[in-house]
Amino acid sequence: MTTFSERRGSALGRELRGAYAFIERNANLIKRYWAWELVWLVYSIVNALSITFIGQASGEITGVAIAPEQVNTFVLFLLVGTLVWHYLSVVFDLISESIQWERWEGTIEYTFMAPISRLTHLFGQAAFAVLFAVLHTAIVLAVVTAFFRIDLTRADFGAMLVVLIAGSASFIGLGMFAAILPLLSPEKGLQTTNIIKAMVLLVSGVYYPISVLPEWLQPLAYISSATYMLDGIRAALLDGASIEALWPGRILPLLLTGLLTIPAGLLAFMRAERYAKATGRLKRNG
Amino acid sequence: MVAGQTISSPETQRIAAHTEVALEVRDALKRFGREAAQIQPFWRRGARKPSETTVAVDRISLTVRRGEIFGLLGANGSGKSTLIRLISTLLVPDGGTIRVFGYDVQREERTVRRLINRVSVEASFFKKLSALENLMYAARLYDLPGAYARQRSVEILRSLGLSEKRLHEPLEHMSRGMQQKVAIARGLLTSPVLLLLDEPTTGLDPRSKHDVQRFILRMREEHDTTVFLTTHDMDEADRLCDRIAIIDNGRIVALDTPQGLKDAIGARIGKNGATTMEDVFLALTGKSLDDDFESSDFEIG
Repeated sequence: MTTFSERRGSALGRELRGAYAFIERNANLIKRYWAWELVWLVYSIVNALSITFIGQASGEITGVAIAPEQVNTFVLFLLVGTLVWHYLSVVFDLISESIQWERWEGTIEYTFMAPISRLTHLFGQAAFAVLFAVLHTAIVLAVVTAFFRIDLTRADFGAMLVVLIAGSASFIGLGMFAAILPLLSPEKGLQTTNIIKAMVLLVSGVYYPISVLPEWLQPLAYISSATYMLDGIRAALLDGASIEALWPGRILPLLLTGLLTIPAGLLAFMRAERYAKATGRLKRNG
Repeated sequence: MVAGQTISSPETQRIAAHTEVALEVRDALKRFGREAAQIQPFWRRGARKPSETTVAVDRISLTVRRGEIFGLLGANGSGKSTLIRLISTLLVPDGGTIRVFGYDVQREERTVRRLINRVSVEASFFKKLSALENLMYAARLYDLPGAYARQRSVEILRSLGLSEKRLHEPLEHMSRGMQQKVAIARGLLTSPVLLLLDEPTTGLDPRSKHDVQRFILRMREEHDTTVFLTTHDMDEADRLCDRIAIIDNGRIVALDTPQGLKDAIGARIGKNGATTMEDVFLALTGKSLDDDFESSDFEIG
């Protein structure tokens, strides 16, 4: 007969174990859907290659002889854009789809009646999203760089990593906001999250400098955390900018945005949960 | 002995130890529609409001004692599942109070969640995951150690007639009856002191239904778990429950032991001794459970 001995440990330990439930569950789901994940990975690689080849062909497209160093810069500019955007998209999608996925499987009520805090729930989702996005992006990077001769001799990888971590925090907060939408509208909520992504893609300088945007659109670039993240990673990889150099203008704004958006996203999520429970929308299938 | 009889978490036992009242519902009210629309987000408040309000739970009051199997018998749409969701903290009541072992479901939501678990009519799982993976997910949410949860899952499923090797099969490969047994295992895995069973046998084949009912009865005999069971199966309610409340249009129209209800109605309709729960239900609601009906204005005498 099984006996139960009460688990000891701090409240933080309990919450971390609760968060691990989401990491383990999502990892199991990825394993079960491995064929679809493979398809998605191939698509991501092909997509990254297609965009990066535009840089390689810059001389032929413009009909002007371009120095190899400039081609290298152009290729790296696009490569960083496509990889960072891929990373951010995976983080954002995994967090924002978490509600819709559970609603589709029918498990949402069981997750929401479990004795864990919503912070733990969303932290678990976010932790898995970051781990999965890092792995996914690393594979895409490994394959894509094999196709190009890229000069990264000046790159500061440490600074790049710090910008990536700081930028992830702000995107997790944004993902929490997006996860609210399926709670408010079971039918159309998830589609609406695509609008958020499209807006960030447009204004953040993913594939072009924000200076080419119309003047009236440029202020939006400055409030998008992806702008700072892309700019910081490009500076670290292309110009070898150090952490100290990137701290005031890139890393600090990203951290502050994360500090603001994560609590705000959590608060908004809890309000939306309350609304869904008051109106009976938690159970409806969209 | 039911598998893992003594393994109710000491913590949940301690939390629930101070009272013999497992569940106390006072004037619980839940409406859907116009009233609920009042708490729409500000950007939707001007939107057209639904033309009708449905009172799903209409000022219900009841008390369930520790260790009791309490049945809530009602037709489809009578408010059974809404009441279960209110108790489960999945809906916010519009009025009244609900307490689980003295803890308010709204103000002490997280404590209540530690004390309860629920098995619903739909066996809701990640269908691609195996039974064990689904159960482990539930176990971790309730902070159960992995090895313990694994062993207990095997014990519970074995006692429900499911072999250990099926634990590793994706849920989508299992029959509805098997999935429901896994759902019951999930409900018991966390050692709830109040188990909410929302039509747990609906749609099951007779054999699976019998297995589940037998298990519920064994729990009453051997396990320190209070059971709140909703059903529209008359025989099931009669066979399993210590007391039965009959719900109609969101209201409790009668509450007594199965025999007490049959005696009262038998005396009224002149069918003493041979009264069935179906007679009771028909007399009190004016409806037959064979029909999937709309609301009725029938007044009980």
